[in-house]
Amino acid sequence: MSYNPFTLSGKVILVTGASSGIGKSISIELSKMGAQLIISGRNEARLIETMNSLQGINHTFVSADLTIESELKILIDQLPQLDGLVLSAGIVKTMLFQYITLQDIKEVMDVNFFSPVILINMLVKLKKINKGASIIFISSISGNLCTWAGNSIYSASKAAINGIAKGLALDLAKKSIRVNTIMPGMIESDILDNNIITKEQILEDVKNYPLKRYGKTDEIAYAAIYLLSDTTRWVTGTNLLIDGGYTLT
Amino acid sequence: MSITNFIKDFSENFEETDESLFLPNTKFRELDEWDSLTGLAVLNMLKVKYYKLITAEEFLKISTIEELYNCTI
Ligand SMILES: NC(=O)c1ccc[n+]([C@@H]2O[C@H](COP(=O)([O-])OP(=O)(O)OC[C@H]3O[C@@H](n4cnc5c(N)ncnc54)[C@H](OP(=O)(O)O)[C@@H]3O)[C@@H](O)[C@H]2O)c1
Repeated sequence: MSYNPFTLSGKVILVTGASSGIGKSISIELSKMGAQLIISGRNEARLIETMNSLQGINHTFVSADLTIESELKILIDQLPQLDGLVLSAGIVKTMLFQYITLQDIKEVMDVNFFSPVILINMLVKLKKINKGASIIFISSISGNLCTWAGNSIYSASKAAINGIAKGLALDLAKKSIRVNTIMPGMIESDILDNNIITKEQILEDVKNYPLKRYGKTDEIAYAAIYLLSDTTRWVTGTNLLIDGGYTLT
Repeated sequence: MSITNFIKDFSENFEETDESLFLPNTKFRELDEWDSLTGLAVLNMLKVKYYKLITAEEFLKISTIEELYNCTI
């Protein structure tokens, strides 16, 4: 018996930020559910590592810096018709407000907000997103529900994502394209800035999580499977909170 | 950049501590106002004004203002 309402078999899905952390784990899990993937990131060596971890054949990778117009174009040119998009590329800049400059704001907004939004915008114009497709932004609890010291720009970028996700969900509903976000709490990945945070501080911070640990990347990947699968064909404009209970208190 | 100027920049990360307490041999972690937020401010200051990136672990080993200054030159 092979009942599986979450299957992604036959779906063509783009994952950005696939060379590391959450995007990498999402790519691996989606491939196990039968999806055909196009994975993207900047670091080619690490993208190939992800490629080698994927199950099944017919996957492709495109290395591109999404903030560079010409590279974004190359990615778009290579994309087939899509049934799903997962926008996971993102950066953190931990700086107290009094030290930030316009350049810092632009740098974070470029990766976290402008590039995923423009990518979708161009794909919609080119009609490369199929009817019934599902778009997922990897947002954060930061900005929408809470913040941390030195995280004002990052918080702003993620709150902006949640805002535009609602707008997109409404505007693209007529094309039967669904748009949702996942809002993770702290997940173990390379994004943690070891120039700013000590191991002791992490151990201390973990105590603020009712479930007593940070999340793991695959725990976000399972949510992506859910939102990409046909089980959620009536779900759009929602934000799926996955934070080990952090924002309860 | 002299240590006098460095001490001035350093002290700007504090709001309440009296200027007279900022000396080369001041153990800054022992100042009443010191907390993790001030620590982050000092790390940001080193990066932005002195182009000096030090890890949080390295930073923890530094105790006086002069030691901090020395790592910027
Ligand atoms: N980890 C957490 O605690 C956490 C919590 C909430 C939300 N998030 C969000 O989850 C997403 C993934 O984070 P992560 O933890 O997996 O971080 P990560 O391990 O640092 O991975 C970030 C990914 O983004 C890619 N990227 C960065 N700048 C890019 C650019 N200019 N063009 C193209 N790709 C770029 C990186 O590519 P290269 O490495 O190839 O350069 C990498 O694949 C981010 O949006 C982050 O804000 C993370």
